[in-house]
Amino acid sequence: MAKLPLNQEQIDRVKDLARTVADDVQRFFSRHSSISVERTVLRLYGVDGVDGEGIPLPNRLVDLWREDNDISSGISRSFARAVLTSGKDPQTTAELICRGKITFNGPNKFSDDAIKEKEGELVKRAVAALDATRKRKLEKIEKHPLPKQPWRYLIVATGNVYEDRIQARSAVMAGADIIAQIRSTAQSLLDYVPYGPTTEGFGGTFATQANFRIMRDALDEASEDQGRYIRLVNYSSGLCMAEIAACAALEDLDILLNDSMYGILFRDINMKRTFIDQYFSRLICSRAKIIINTGEDNYLTTADAIDQAYTVTASQLINEAMARNALLTDDLLGLGHAFEINPQIENAFLYELAHAQLARQLFPEVPLKYMPPTRYKSTDIFYSHAQDTLFNLASVLTGQGIHLAGILTEAIHNPFMQDRYLSLRSIDYVFNIARGLGDEIEFKRNGFIAGRARQVLDETESFLKSIHETGLMEAISRGQFAGISRPVGGGKGLDGVFEKGPAYSNPIMERLEEDGVLHE
Amino acid sequence: MSETMIRPYGDTLNDGMVQLSFTLPVENGPKARKAAEIYVSKLNFKDIAVVHAERIADNFTFFVVYARAVPTLDYSEVKPAEVEIEAMSFSEINRLIKSKLNRPLTVVGATIGSDAHTVGIDAIMNMKGYNQDYGLERYPHINACNMGAQVSCEALIEKALELNADAILVSQTITQRDVYIRNLTELVELLKTENLRDRFILIAGGPRVTNDLAKKLGYDAGFGPGTVPSSVASFLIVRILEKM
Ligand code: B12
Repeated sequence: MAKLPLNQEQIDRVKDLARTVADDVQRFFSRHSSISVERTVLRLYGVDGVDGEGIPLPNRLVDLWREDNDISSGISRSFARAVLTSGKDPQTTAELICRGKITFNGPNKFSDDAIKEKEGELVKRAVAALDATRKRKLEKIEKHPLPKQPWRYLIVATGNVYEDRIQARSAVMAGADIIAQIRSTAQSLLDYVPYGPTTEGFGGTFATQANFRIMRDALDEASEDQGRYIRLVNYSSGLCMAEIAACAALEDLDILLNDSMYGILFRDINMKRTFIDQYFSRLICSRAKIIINTGEDNYLTTADAIDQAYTVTASQLINEAMARNALLTDDLLGLGHAFEINPQIENAFLYELAHAQLARQLFPEVPLKYMPPTRYKSTDIFYSHAQDTLFNLASVLTGQGIHLAGILTEAIHNPFMQDRYLSLRSIDYVFNIARGLGDEIEFKRNGFIAGRARQVLDETESFLKSIHETGLMEAISRGQFAGISRPVGGGKGLDGVFEKGPAYSNPIMERLEEDGVLHE
Repeated sequence: MSETMIRPYGDTLNDGMVQLSFTLPVENGPKARKAAEIYVSKLNFKDIAVVHAERIADNFTFFVVYARAVPTLDYSEVKPAEVEIEAMSFSEINRLIKSKLNRPLTVVGATIGSDAHTVGIDAIMNMKGYNQDYGLERYPHINACNMGAQVSCEALIEKALELNADAILVSQTITQRDVYIRNLTELVELLKTENLRDRFILIAGGPRVTNDLAKKLGYDAGFGPGTVPSSVASFLIVRILEKM
C-alpha cells in the first residue's frame, strides 16, 4: 500500500499527548458512577422487562433504591441482598421489588459474606453471558468468513423493525456486509431503553433489545443464504450508552456507535455523565467483541472539513486512548472520519486522499469507519451519485475498513430500496476495477498530498498540546470541537451522576478490569 | 400550441420526454417488464420504453423508463411557491430599519421539537451567514437570538415574550412521518391558545418548507433550500413596516 512520508517521532508524540489527555479524564470518571451504569449492572444481572406502566424494571429498581439508600454505594450489593431475601432468580426478585413485596431496606438477615457470595454468583452469570456472545460470534465468523475490507455498510431506517428486516435482507442480497439499523430521532435523550418490538419511530427505529434480536435473527438467516457473515450495527451514544451496550451484547450485535463526544456536541448530553457511561459501555464492548464506531465524521457537518481536519485527527487519537483504557483492541476500534470537503474547492479530492491516508497510517490496524459525503450532497441525485463514486475510489485506494455507503438521495430522504441498490452498484464497480490501485501508486515525497497530511499532523499536535494544558472538558466547553461549545456543568443527564463512596461496588466492572484484554 | 403552453423537453420542443425510475414489488422477468410499461401507461404517458429492469431483492424489480408526457401546462397561470420579496442589500435593510422603524428589530429563532439540525437556522441567524450573505446577527439594527435546536415551543414563545420580539423564526429539517408539519402546527396552535399569534411575525424554514406550506399552516412565510439571510431580513422589515 502506498505510504505517506510521516515522521514517526511526531506520531509517537501525538499518541503520548492523547494518552495523557485521556488518562486525565479517566481519573475523573473512575471516581464517579451514574444511574445508567447502575441500571446496566441490573441488566447484566438478568433484570429485564417493564412494569404495568411500561417503565423498564431497571429504571424502576434504581429509582426505588435511590429513594432511601445511599446512592454512593452502588446498587449491586443491595440487589444481591434482595435476591437472597426473595430466594428467587434476579428477574423474579426485580418483579417482587416493583410490586412492593420485598424492599431494598427490609430487615437484613444476611451476613456480609453471604451477600458478597451472592454478588459473586451474579457477576459470574453476567460475565458468562458476555463471554458466550463473544464465542457465538467467533463461531459464526468462522463458519461464514468475513469479506475483504472495505466492508460495505448500508443503513435501514424505516421506523418499523419488521420493515427494517425486509430492507436489510434486500440490502444483503444486493451486497451489503454490514447492516446498520438507524435509531429513532431523539432516542439518545431518553434516560431509559424502550422495551419490546417497535413499529413507530422517526427517522429510524427504536433501539430495543427485542428489535436487536429480530434483526440479528434475520441477518443470521441472510448469512446462511449468502455464505458471508453479515454484521449488525446499532447506536449506543446518548443517555443509555452502557445499558444499550449490555442489550446489544446479549443479542450478539457486532458494532455499536459509541462516542461520548458525539453525544456532548450534537445532542447536548452532559459530558461528565457520558464519559462515565462510555467507559463502562466500552468495557462491555471489549468483552463481548463489539466493534465501536466513533463519530468524528460528524464534526465536519458543522465545521469546515479543511480548516478543522485536525480536530478529527485529534479526536481519533483521544478516542483511541480512551478505548485502550477500556481494554478495546485494534480490531474493535472503528475510528470515524469522513469525505466532507466542499466539492467546489479545487483539488478537494487530493485533500480527501491526504486525510484518509493519514488516518490509515496513524491507525494501521483498526477498521477505520469512513463516512461518505453528506453535507455537500446535492438534491441533484445524479451529481450526488458522482460524488459517491469518487468517495468509493478514495476508500478502496486508501484501504478503509468500514465503508458507509454513500446514497444518491442523501440530501432528500432516508434511502429507498432502490437507492441502496444503486449505491452498492457503484461501490462494487469501483472496488472491483480499482482493487489494487493503492498497491500500485506512490505519493510524491513533497507533493500536495504528503504536504497536506503533514500540515494536518502538525496542527493536530499543537491542538493536542493545548488540550493537554486545559484538559479535554475545558476544550469542549471552549467550542474547540465542531465549533460547538458545551459547558462542563450543562447538558442533559448530569443529575444522574454521583460520586462513588467508600462502600461503592460494581463488581462487574471490577472483574472486567481485572481480567484485562483477553487473548484468544 | 401557444407559447405559454409547455411540456417536458428532451431534445425537441414539446416532445414531452420524461425519465422515470421506480421499483415494483414483483420478480423480474417479461411479465414484470410488461407490468412496468402498463403501470406507466396508467400514469397517462405515451411511447413507453422500459430501458432497464433489474432484480434488486427477492420479489423486487427496479426499472428505468423513458416515456412521453401528454398534458400541457399554461405557464402564464403558474404562481411560484416561494415568497415574493424585493431583495434588498445589507446596507439598504439597515438603513430602512434605522430610518423607518427607529428601533432595533428583534428576532428569536430555534429548531423546535426533537429535531437537532441547526445548520439551517445558523445559516440564517449566525454572524457568518450563508453563501457570502451575512447572517442576521451581523445586522447592527437587528437583535438576533438563536436558541439552537431541540427547543420546546413553550421555551421559544417564552423567550420571544421576554425579548419582546418582532418575529419568531423556526427551522425544521426532519420530515419523516410528517413530524415537521406536526411541530410547526403545534407552535401555531400554542400561540393561538395564548392569544399571541398576531403579536409576532412567524416564519418557518427548512429543506422541505415552501411558502405555500407555511402559509397553509398559519405562518406568515416559509423559506426553503438556498435561502439567504438578506431575503429573510428584507421580508421582515417590509412586513413590520406594513403592520405599523
Ligand atoms: C448535517 C446533518 C446532520 C448533522 C446535524 C448537525 C447540526 N448541528 O445541524 C447530524 C450528524 C447531527 C445529523 C443527525 C441526524 N440526521 Co441529519 N443530516 C445532515 C445533512 C447531511 C445536512 C443538513 C444541513 O446541514 N444542510 C445545510 C443547511 C444550510 O441547509 P438547510 O437546513 O436546508 O437550510 C437552508 C434552508 O432550508 C433554509 N432554512 C433552514 N431553516 C430555516 C429556518 C428559517 C427561519 C429560515 C428563514 C430558513 C431556513 O435556509 C438555509 C440556508 O439556505 C442532511 C443531508 C443533506 N445533505 O441535506 C442530513 C439529514 C437532514 N438528516 C437526516 C436524519 C434522518 C438525521 C437523523 C434523524 C439520523 C438519526 N436517525 O439519527 C439525525 C437527527 C437526530 C435529531 N434529533 O435530529 C435526514 C432527514 C430525512 C428526512 N427528510 O426526514 C437527512 C436528509 C439525511 C438522510 N437522507 O437521511 N444530521
